Amino acid sequence: MKFFEELAGVRNSRVWRSVFRAGTGDSNLHRSLAVQQNVFMHLASVKVRRRALDFGVTWYLGTLSFGCFLILVVTGILLMLYYHPSVPQGYADMKDLQFVVSAGVFLRNLHRWSAHAMVLLVFAHMFKVFYRGAYRPPREFNWVVGVVLLMVTLFLSYTGYLLPWDQLAFWAITVGSNIMSAVPLVGAKTRFLILGGNTVNANALLRFYVLHCVILPLIAVVFLAIHFWRIRKDGGLHTGGKIDE
Amino acid sequence: MPEEVKKAGSDSCQECTRRRFTTVGLGAVAIAGAGSAVFGYAFLSPNALYEPSPIVDAGKPDRYPLDSVTPDVASGVYIVHRPEGIYTLSAVCTHLGCLTAWKPELGIIACPCHGSKFRTDGTKIEGPAPRPLPWLKTWVGDDGDLLIDRSEPLAQKQFVRI
Repeated sequence: MKFFEELAGVRNSRVWRSVFRAGTGDSNLHRSLAVQQNVFMHLASVKVRRRALDFGVTWYLGTLSFGCFLILVVTGILLMLYYHPSVPQGYADMKDLQFVVSAGVFLRNLHRWSAHAMVLLVFAHMFKVFYRGAYRPPREFNWVVGVVLLMVTLFLSYTGYLLPWDQLAFWAITVGSNIMSAVPLVGAKTRFLILGGNTVNANALLRFYVLHCVILPLIAVVFLAIHFWRIRKDGGLHTGGKIDE
Repeated sequence: MPEEVKKAGSDSCQECTRRRFTTVGLGAVAIAGAGSAVFGYAFLSPNALYEPSPIVDAGKPDRYPLDSVTPDVASGVYIVHRPEGIYTLSAVCTHLGCLTAWKPELGIIACPCHGSKFRTDGTKIEGPAPRPLPWLKTWVGDDGDLLIDRSEPLAQKQFVRI
């Protein structure tokens, strides 16, 4: 095939080789280097067990959770272009996204449904890991990283809840922040710092916006990187002791 | 000889030992961290809050007829007029801070969030609320208007006699 010959020519060109230094070739070394020398792929292992890719092993729940996360990042950045985190503009912007902005209602609903799906999938992922015993050594630390990611997911969900600035948002955060203040000693002060005041108001909306759009996603990305990297370091996915056929 | 070298090293940093470098370095980082924590805490606590005043003007007392319960949703209070006098109840549920609603057909106050129900003197009928609705400090101002301080729950029942 002429096409593949030309493709090989491109892959051996100086420009291509300056970016992908591993070079072409189907030897194990070349294939290993192609993964190891790529900043995104080097978190993952060079080889996986065939059994680890079976649907039954993981139900792909972790991958699906991560897929939701990517959808949420993309749609979330687009929603930020029309949303002002201020009172009462936030509510009007949300309504504009629904009824005025082209494809706005699609992006908002995609963001909302993906957020719900992500919480569901993260819990399902956790149950699957638990019932298959994949949390046991040597993967116990990655379980802990996973618990942090569960918390970050829930905090993202909670902070995003306020942003539409409707009745549901306002009372949900009122109730949630009052639950927060039930923590002994530091509870009331924590509530004051997170809301930036005594009531759910403009400061609270802005703080939740910054948490939702900057701080929590950054924490999530860092812990996701550790989570994926530890899969390789802990010997690949837990396959329930069965070996390849 | 090695002792002397070590001693000289502690005075000028030309020949610092790694241990000393680490100790001083970590100490500096710890001081900077503590300073950042103090400043960070101060920065995150707003010094000026643009929140509504806790004292609200409820108008002339004769707006509230005898044996009536008048909700003021914007201020989050109930103004109750009984034969003993007028008093004000907070409408904010003591459970998790939702705004309760006056149910005139049942003669009770009910919270829409988790179902707490209260009598018009604030005491609980049922539900998860841990405390009765507090009575708020109420008085007649110089211009004859009823004033309510929402930041001051009363320890004892107190009526405003008209």
